[in-house]
Amino acid sequence: MKTLEPLLAEHPFFKNLEKSYLELIVGCASNVRFDPGQFIFREGEEANQFYIVRQGKVAIEICPPGGEPIILQTVSDGEIFGWSWMVPPYHWQFDAQAVELTRAITLDGKCLRGKCQEDHNLGYELLNRLLPIIGKSLEATRIQLLDVYGTQSKR
Amino acid sequence: MEAANLMVPTTRQVKRVIRESHDTLTLCVEPNDGATKPFFAPGQFNMLYAFGIGEVPISISGDPDKPIWHHTIRDVGTVTHALTQLKAGDMVGVRGPFGSSWPVKESRGSDIVIMAGGIGLAPLRSAIYALLRERDRFGEISVLYGARTEKDLLFAREFETWRGKFGVQVRVTIDSAGPDWKGNVGVVTTLLPRVRFDPEHTVAMICGPEVMMRFSVMELKNCGIEERKIYVTMERNMKCAIGFCGHCQFGPTFICKDGPVFPFTRVSPFFGIREI
Repeated sequence: MKTLEPLLAEHPFFKNLEKSYLELIVGCASNVRFDPGQFIFREGEEANQFYIVRQGKVAIEICPPGGEPIILQTVSDGEIFGWSWMVPPYHWQFDAQAVELTRAITLDGKCLRGKCQEDHNLGYELLNRLLPIIGKSLEATRIQLLDVYGTQSKR
Repeated sequence: MEAANLMVPTTRQVKRVIRESHDTLTLCVEPNDGATKPFFAPGQFNMLYAFGIGEVPISISGDPDKPIWHHTIRDVGTVTHALTQLKAGDMVGVRGPFGSSWPVKESRGSDIVIMAGGIGLAPLRSAIYALLRERDRFGEISVLYGARTEKDLLFAREFETWRGKFGVQVRVTIDSAGPDWKGNVGVVTTLLPRVRFDPEHTVAMICGPEVMMRFSVMELKNCGIEERKIYVTMERNMKCAIGFCGHCQFGPTFICKDGPVFPFTRVSPFFGIREI
């Protein structure tokens, strides 16, 4: 049976990861598919996975009380979403909904959390790879907050 | 032409008005009598004078080979508001074209990455037309465009033509979206990994708010594009448009005369200095 190892090994997130760690991670990975409009997770639910989009598009949304959902970010082919599995109290902070038919690899974050607890080197490796993603996301949110295309911008 | 003549607007008739979005439109004006091809260089601007109100620099957003000047104007101030009230047949004062241009001919043989934010797509559209006119001379062409919301997107009707007819990788993203939007949401730099280009042989052209350009330059450099192959267009308060008045001084340069299009290497020492 074909495993997900070659796919994960090629992904930039896992680049140069020790083979034993990669094998361990492959054991926590599986293929998933989401139909357009299907919610992948909802704000407040337990966060026990993270996802690598193979093909498709996912909207990360927030729904203000009594209002329409607002899309904060979309992720598509090759991108990773979901890092609440690594941050206590391990609950999703946003909703994630497939915008179109989406195929992804899901990784069992709960299992990985346990492994990281047992082997801090693995925890360090994964955090080292997750932090730039969290940082980029924060940076993007800050630029969005600046509203650079608003009426303050003349050109 | 003598400097004195460059300071006097000629009176031109608005031939056509194209509504682009809720606050932006394009005024189509015939160039000066006797103008020959090309009628301007992509990236150049004209000074448009709303009679009795004032004058503003507006980039030319149309095809450099067509005998009509397109000026895409966003209604954000007193003068631009007056200009956006003009109708076909009305008169407008015009001086120009002025300024430097995008390095279209110099980029032949390269991949091209165009990054535009908001109304920054307007001065880049003329470069896109020029690139597509000789499409075979370039490798991959990517247009990455970020806007505030779906209703702020400019020239959206042309994206399919650029994609379908010319094989341009057009990627669009907006900062804020409701549930009906099926496209990308996020900052324009997130689009960069989603297009193909060879960083060693790529020229990048960027236009948008300075914050957006700063982050775009950073990401382009992270991708491996050399700083000297990155071009930006700058904006400051221009008055004379010929480097006399000093209003648009930016470090040792005048945006109107030496720019508005600069190789990034030329402006990078002053980029991000708040006082300039």
